[in-house]
Amino acid sequence: MDQTTTIHLFGDHIDTDVILPGKYLNLFRPEELGAHCMEGLDPTFTTRAQLGDVIVAGKNFGTGSSREHAPIAIKAVGIRCIVAESFARIFYRNAINIGLPVFECPELVAAVQNGQQVRVDLEKGLFEVNGVQYQAKTFSAYVQGIIDAGGLVPFVRAQLSKN
Amino acid sequence: MGFTMTEKIFAAHSKSGKAVSGEISVLTPDVVLLNDTSGSITVNQLKLMGVQNLFDPAKVVLVADHFSPPKDVTSAESIGLLRNFGNKFGIKNFYESGRYGIEHALLPELGRVGPGGLIFGADSHTCTAGALNAAGVGFGSTDLAGVIATGELWVKVPASIRIDLVGEPGQYVTGKDIILSLIAKIGVDGALNAALEFGGPGLVNLNIDERMAIANMAVEAGADTCVFECDEQVLQYISKTGWANQAPVAPDHDAIYLNRHVIDLDNIGPLVAAPPSPANGVSVAELVGTTVNQVYIGNCANGTITDLRQAAQILKGQTISAEVRVIVVPATSAIYQQAAREGLLEIFSASGAGVSLPTCGACFGGHMGILAAGETAISTTNRNFRGRMGHAESKVYLANAWVAAAAAITGKITDPATIYPELGRGFL
Repeated sequence: MDQTTTIHLFGDHIDTDVILPGKYLNLFRPEELGAHCMEGLDPTFTTRAQLGDVIVAGKNFGTGSSREHAPIAIKAVGIRCIVAESFARIFYRNAINIGLPVFECPELVAAVQNGQQVRVDLEKGLFEVNGVQYQAKTFSAYVQGIIDAGGLVPFVRAQLSKN
Repeated sequence: MGFTMTEKIFAAHSKSGKAVSGEISVLTPDVVLLNDTSGSITVNQLKLMGVQNLFDPAKVVLVADHFSPPKDVTSAESIGLLRNFGNKFGIKNFYESGRYGIEHALLPELGRVGPGGLIFGADSHTCTAGALNAAGVGFGSTDLAGVIATGELWVKVPASIRIDLVGEPGQYVTGKDIILSLIAKIGVDGALNAALEFGGPGLVNLNIDERMAIANMAVEAGADTCVFECDEQVLQYISKTGWANQAPVAPDHDAIYLNRHVIDLDNIGPLVAAPPSPANGVSVAELVGTTVNQVYIGNCANGTITDLRQAAQILKGQTISAEVRVIVVPATSAIYQQAAREGLLEIFSASGAGVSLPTCGACFGGHMGILAAGETAISTTNRNFRGRMGHAESKVYLANAWVAAAAAITGKITDPATIYPELGRGFL
């Protein structure tokens, strides 16, 4: 497991409008988007979040707009992974595609508090908070293939070179 | 074992010829749709993928509608980037606001949506296509870069929730109220990872515009996609647009559903969804008197000619409240021209409302009607999330065009029946 980092806890149905407000959708470079991460909900988030921190959230994280700008902003600000009870479909795919690890682990979500320390094993989907270990759900074979490739860009690049 | 409409459309577009809910299928869509906000990332990812040729440029449709007309230099650059991408790769289908319109309203007009079709769009409201017995599925930019590069994309085939519509909608009730009522019932994740399928004897009472308003907000219940049954109205619509790709799909009688709901249209009144969730729909009566600073009639859900006729019915010969700004946004140029022919634009302008060219505009907080802290809008759009149309401390109430137009006159949320007891559905 990696060294401990801080949990940033959010509630249910966190929509992509608050993760990355619409007025910034004409931007696309990660560093530009990262500067506005979570601005719709908490303008201080980018100053509080430290490299390697973990977002923990409730149900349906990333609901609403398909904007990939949202997971790009979260990744750019240095968040290591997101653990939620469940994810909105498009957000989940977008995160996997850009190499932002996302895990479903309702047990962890129910147990932890904002600001607690967490240790993470990204490869195993294993988390440790307060000495208690939590195992996230595993991925489908297809999704695992994209994760193993490092995201959809290298996945497609490999597919194209094979053909 | 029978199949749902979603399974049938997916199966007809799948590599294996099969699509069963819960399983992974690899699909090739009829249309791949990008806009000026999602497109910049897609173009960038295609570069990183090392793509030299697109699988089929004729299937790619590029619509500059979000920050169109460009609100600033950055927006002009992203629209230019989309246009240049199209030129470089031989994509002839480039459309820009002013000459065309908002992507989900435009695609059906162009004959790119019709029965049995499969539309992949880098926009969550791609599900609007469901009104025409097609399946529209929203994705992010990188997924669509993948499909543009290879012609295929994986999906987990959703199970379907069947909605049977019965009865007839009342005086000031529209498609908007039907979908707000459903989302209030099942919640914003009530159809998460599922498809919504609509049919039933009440369908005949809803025109295509109203079905689009319903399909558009399927994603607000978390749905992957939405498919309406095909009927005479759909066939008549596509006979004018030139769609001829596939045969209509109907659900098998023994199709397996996750869940079934019956919506009795007689029991629905005009609803308003209070911020910050589209699931907060309540009877307009409960919110009557709420002060609004802006009325917005438009967007990909409710900027149709039907919506404009409803709004004009209320605003004709009236003067809007001095306390509100009113913005009317026809969803496409064809709708704009139709509204002009019918004299609707003159009615709006004479009442004090501003008419914009087709654009996603303020719906997503982009431009053309942004709210300040403490301001409130009533809007025919599809999302009322915190800060959706501007400042994080602004508010958006979602409603149909009749209800929105009534607020334009009074400056407060108002039941249109209290202004015009004699107008509404039967008088359009």
